[in-house]
Amino acid sequence: MLQRPHYIALGLVVLLTLIMLNLPSQTTARLKLGIGSVFLPLFGLAGSSQEAIEEAGGTLLPRRELLQQLESLRQENQHLRIQAMQADDTSRENARLRQLLGWQRQVPWKLKLARVVLREPSNWWRTLQIDLGSRDGLRVNQPVLTADGLVGRVSSVSLTRSQVLLLGDPECKVSAQVENETHDSGIIGSSGPLNSEFVEMGYLSGSANLKPGHLVKTSGNGGIYPPNIPIGTIVDSHPVEYGLATVARVKLAANLNALKEVWVMFP
Amino acid sequence: MNWLHTVFILVGAFLAVFWEAAFGGLRYLIGAQVDLLPALMVYTSLCLGMTTITLLAALGGLWLDSLSANPLGVSVLPLFIVGLAIHTKRDLILRDQTFAQAVLGGAASVAVPVLTLLLLLTTRHTPLFGWGTLWQLVVMCAAGAVATPICFELFGWLDRTLVHPRAAESSFRSDREIRRGKD
Repeated sequence: MLQRPHYIALGLVVLLTLIMLNLPSQTTARLKLGIGSVFLPLFGLAGSSQEAIEEAGGTLLPRRELLQQLESLRQENQHLRIQAMQADDTSRENARLRQLLGWQRQVPWKLKLARVVLREPSNWWRTLQIDLGSRDGLRVNQPVLTADGLVGRVSSVSLTRSQVLLLGDPECKVSAQVENETHDSGIIGSSGPLNSEFVEMGYLSGSANLKPGHLVKTSGNGGIYPPNIPIGTIVDSHPVEYGLATVARVKLAANLNALKEVWVMFP
Repeated sequence: MNWLHTVFILVGAFLAVFWEAAFGGLRYLIGAQVDLLPALMVYTSLCLGMTTITLLAALGGLWLDSLSANPLGVSVLPLFIVGLAIHTKRDLILRDQTFAQAVLGGAASVAVPVLTLLLLLTTRHTPLFGWGTLWQLVVMCAAGAVATPICFELFGWLDRTLVHPRAAESSFRSDREIRRGKD
């Protein structure tokens, strides 16, 4: 049986919830960042403990394995340097031809490395937090990627850290294009609650000719993501809406489960 | 009311929320991140008063939402409702029994996310929701069932170790004390 103090406490909590849920979005974002900043001392602690664990793991690695890794990295480095030389030539040639044809020059991507500090504590969103904030020049909606492909976009920024919406979150939609003969385009939507490796690509035409293995890249439409950032590959597709549209399952190129560092793209 | 006990609970909630956000390894192993706040709420509602329940729901919920993409404040009410429901029936619950603690912890760990999801859906948000959510609820239920007896052990030990025990009152009234001596 509820007593008077129970009713008072219940009233207070309901009032608090109603006020919080009805605040303007900017005020809520500021409040969130303010409340979240109480965890700042623990960020450093978690980071240093992780480094200590990695360091301890490093000391246990046998010397022979380290030498093998060093040799393979040396070879990879040489290979990449030759590729970079070749790419330099191609890039110069591309720029010259673009100038001759009067096309707009392609701007190289400006990237900044960020460390992943926190992950989403609840099961119904896909986000993470990085250690770059407004003092590092970050703004909302900047694309975030890894060497493998697109990861998501910056959704809110505080002074020292930012929240990144990952691909597969219901709020993170990306305009994408399939690398096939017809260059079918669609929208990358949400993933299932359990599997973050796959996302759904919707709004594809009913006559889209999709095959497993086709590459999916950003289309450049929408104004947030530049074109040609790899997103993933088509796994399978099926017609929906009585064959008027197609939905495809895309396996993401970037492994969102193992993100430790990401690159934030600057305009 | 013992304030030190309340402080222990709130510090526990603070660390639990940070752990949930900093260490996501469980989600990639078993497909769900566990929530320790319902287990703490079960302990609080059985052992402490309304003030601590309200503080835990408000602060724990706000801390969790501040590190999550949840709208701020959405986790407060579900935590409080679960705490209030247990608190009003606590005289009927065998709180010293591990089995009762585990059952309550499991039930609370399912009830809190379900209520939060309902609140999100009624406030026109679109969380990730599907058949996989059932598996996540099963994992959270199991984790809550394990975590609640641990909470009782841990906070019971802290209470015994750090909080000054209450002085035992004499059953004799002082004016009825039999004075011995020559007078």
